Amino acid sequence: MGSVRCFSWGRGNAFETVYFESRHAIDTQVNDLIDQKGRATVAESNVPAIELIGVSKSFGPVQANKDIDLVVGKGSIHGIIGENGAGKSTLMSILYGFYHADSGTIKIDDKTTTIPDSKSAIAQGIGMVHQHFMLVDTFTVLENVILGAEGGALLKDGVANARSELKRLADEYDMTIDPDAVVGDLPVGSQQRVEILKALYRGADILILDEPTGVLTPSEADHLFRILRVLRDQGKTVLLITHKLREIMNVTDMVSVMRRGEMVASRKTAETSMEGLAELMVGRSVLLEVDKPEVEVGKPLLKVEGLNVKDDRGVLRVKDVSFKVRAGEVLGIAGVSGNGQSELLAALSGITRAESGKMELSGEKLDLSKAHDAAEMRTMGMSHVPEDRHRMGLVNKFTEYENSILGYHREPKYSKGMFLSKDAIRKEAKERIEKYDIRPPTPDMTVAKFSGGNQQKIVLAREIECDPDVLLIGQPTRGVDIGAIEYIHNRIMDMRAQGKAVLLVSVELEEIRSLSDRIIVMFDGNVVGERGPEATEQDLGLLMAGVNQEAENDHELPV
Amino acid sequence: MSKGQLPRWVDYGVLPALNLLAAFIISGLVVIVIGEDPFEAVKWLVWGALGYGEGIGYTLYYATNFIFTGLAVAVAFHAGLFNIGGEGQVYLGGLGIGLVCLALDRYVPWWVTFPCAIIGGALFGAAWAFIPGYLQAKRGSHIVITTIMFNFIASALMVYLLSNILIPQGTMSPSSRTFEAGGQLPLLRNVFTSFDFGQSPVNLAFFLALAVCGVVWLLIWHTKLGYEIRSFGANPDASAYAGISPVRVTVITMLISGALAGLMGINVVMGEQTRLLLDFAGGAGFVGVAVALMGRGHPIGIILASMLFGLLYQGGAELAFEIPTISRDMIVVIQALVILFAGALEHMFRPAVAAFFNRFSSSTAEA
Repeated sequence: MGSVRCFSWGRGNAFETVYFESRHAIDTQVNDLIDQKGRATVAESNVPAIELIGVSKSFGPVQANKDIDLVVGKGSIHGIIGENGAGKSTLMSILYGFYHADSGTIKIDDKTTTIPDSKSAIAQGIGMVHQHFMLVDTFTVLENVILGAEGGALLKDGVANARSELKRLADEYDMTIDPDAVVGDLPVGSQQRVEILKALYRGADILILDEPTGVLTPSEADHLFRILRVLRDQGKTVLLITHKLREIMNVTDMVSVMRRGEMVASRKTAETSMEGLAELMVGRSVLLEVDKPEVEVGKPLLKVEGLNVKDDRGVLRVKDVSFKVRAGEVLGIAGVSGNGQSELLAALSGITRAESGKMELSGEKLDLSKAHDAAEMRTMGMSHVPEDRHRMGLVNKFTEYENSILGYHREPKYSKGMFLSKDAIRKEAKERIEKYDIRPPTPDMTVAKFSGGNQQKIVLAREIECDPDVLLIGQPTRGVDIGAIEYIHNRIMDMRAQGKAVLLVSVELEEIRSLSDRIIVMFDGNVVGERGPEATEQDLGLLMAGVNQEAENDHELPV
Repeated sequence: MSKGQLPRWVDYGVLPALNLLAAFIISGLVVIVIGEDPFEAVKWLVWGALGYGEGIGYTLYYATNFIFTGLAVAVAFHAGLFNIGGEGQVYLGGLGIGLVCLALDRYVPWWVTFPCAIIGGALFGAAWAFIPGYLQAKRGSHIVITTIMFNFIASALMVYLLSNILIPQGTMSPSSRTFEAGGQLPLLRNVFTSFDFGQSPVNLAFFLALAVCGVVWLLIWHTKLGYEIRSFGANPDASAYAGISPVRVTVITMLISGALAGLMGINVVMGEQTRLLLDFAGGAGFVGVAVALMGRGHPIGIILASMLFGLLYQGGAELAFEIPTISRDMIVVIQALVILFAGALEHMFRPAVAAFFNRFSSSTAEA
């Protein structure tokens, strides 16, 4: 119980420093009493677990957090919602000691404190579950949990203690997990539980979860929410960072909304609605509906048959996938990320070589098991907006205009002999900047300095303006603010109206449903079902978890 | 401006200057430890390199070597390749140049031999870099390992060739015969007679180096190939997405890099020694790494860094001569410190400088 001892030492120390302030002393004693008696009553107590007063943080001239006030009640689930770039993560990083606030006060359990680093955050009972798990894949659950809290030079004693403590925690919070399982073998949902246990093992009373459901299937997310409720009922405080409204409505007691680095509202969840929150997030009411006019569907421009793709570790990630996309049609591929969508896009766009599979692109037949490259696909009329614009779609060190020709730099209009005609490139970049309202309108600025939404517009402009027949588009609005989302959706609809074939991969069901004419769902590399855009979220959710309810009566393969 | 980003003039001017200053301060301390006056040492160093015509000539001569090797390393850097086989490529390039000179010097004037020697040197250097490049591209053999190995192979090969094949009959020293006038590049002291270069070996290769700088600048920033090289180096995933073949870029970049290194022989073999001899590369291939790092991969930066290292080489030799307690090895220590601060510890001062400028820029933004 090394860490627990350490924690009570920390509290004892605090106890000493406020010894003469009887109120605090009593509070502490009361808390200790409640600690022993079970914590159900704490939920109603009014002591805030966290109080932030006037916290500001800026990076150079960029104000990431501006005068933030926040009160998080003890024993509650508190949601923090906001668009990407609203400053949620910065705020949480301040709480966890990654960043130092420029000004403002942080109170933990009503005591003013400073959090210089994550070690100090842990000592004060704050635990964090990161979006990307901080786990060693080749270690067991137990080894991961004690990592950094081994308690002594020799592992033996620590491990024995940890094993019993881990079992106690898992029982108490209803998180069954085999302590000797190798983490890399566990499903994502279980890995997340390991992260939570890790935080609890270190004595966390306040748990921060940063976008926890991004990697989960709907059922795994439900399980997570059950765990969070148990944690709350046991008296822990949960801070849930998300940009998904549904989760906020589902699980939180209170919700705070951030917009452009400011805290714009804090409400009781029961007294708000999704629409209200969305409006607060954006600062205006949002049109989530997309204008989808009738378009005459033409002949198939993209046909894929029997596609199998292995990843670089040799694991089969796309299994016998076949589909067609017709002119004037948007085919949506739904699914939790990591179910083969990325590998599918990489194989179709010529970046990786498939195990087997045929493709027909604008009438030309291709064997995808042969070597192709992305340049070849482009010349045949396919363009590709990649899922991860930072890793693939852009060279961050390059200027905007240099990026505006990435993949098209061999086209004659951009060069004179072996030289690039920079003036022509710049001129065209400027036209696109104007057309796509890319801000700031500076073709000579490095793309790394543009915001996410504008970076996405740079990629879109490049891939749409070359007038392709087939557009592959992955996660078109990931990390993009709502204003830009609307714009991007409209561009995709324009492509559809012009009789192009669009293959849309997105993890946002809302986006898939509002843009697609047909939806296929991928799970574990397989296409598990096809639906129309009118399919219910629940139905698609089940498909995304690999359950096909129609499968019994409908044996036809989705084509 | 986000965290850690600096105006260009700070990045390219202030930071290298700070690194250099730190290197000199530490060197100064070492000089004090061995009981000499550091200011006296600096005086001899600078005077030896720049104080008189011959010194300047030698400084330019060494700088010429470093420009070639620095460019070679820099071009590979732009593609994300760490070519530390400059030494071997210089050596083999020299062989190419030597063979051309040996074949032509008796029949044609130097200005006919010169372009042929350039082609010979570039071809041989490129060929020597091709093998590691190909192995990296096709087989994934790490280029750092293979280029180092190839330095040793080049060295062994040259020892064999010079002591068994190219050695003129009846001599004991492992070198080729001296080239006739048709294989000798004019020395600047004979071209610019009005300036006193003393007995220094600086020759026309210096202007070749400057011209090559211009060519590299055009290649990297103004051609399609340069665009592909830089994309591949900055983001291999994005370049695969753009349909740029990693094999092609890797191999071509290494060919160019090897060719640039190979040209160094023009300066030494055809310019100074006018014969092929053992170990003429003399470590310049490795200094090229430091030069490329310090010059930030840009030809202008490389010229400046090469001048600095040329100054250290020539001034250092003079210093060792004038103050005997500061031995030749001490000079190597000083050069090593410059390399350490300019290369390995490049980012040491960056956070502090960035913090300083961020504070400065945010206060002006508010004002």
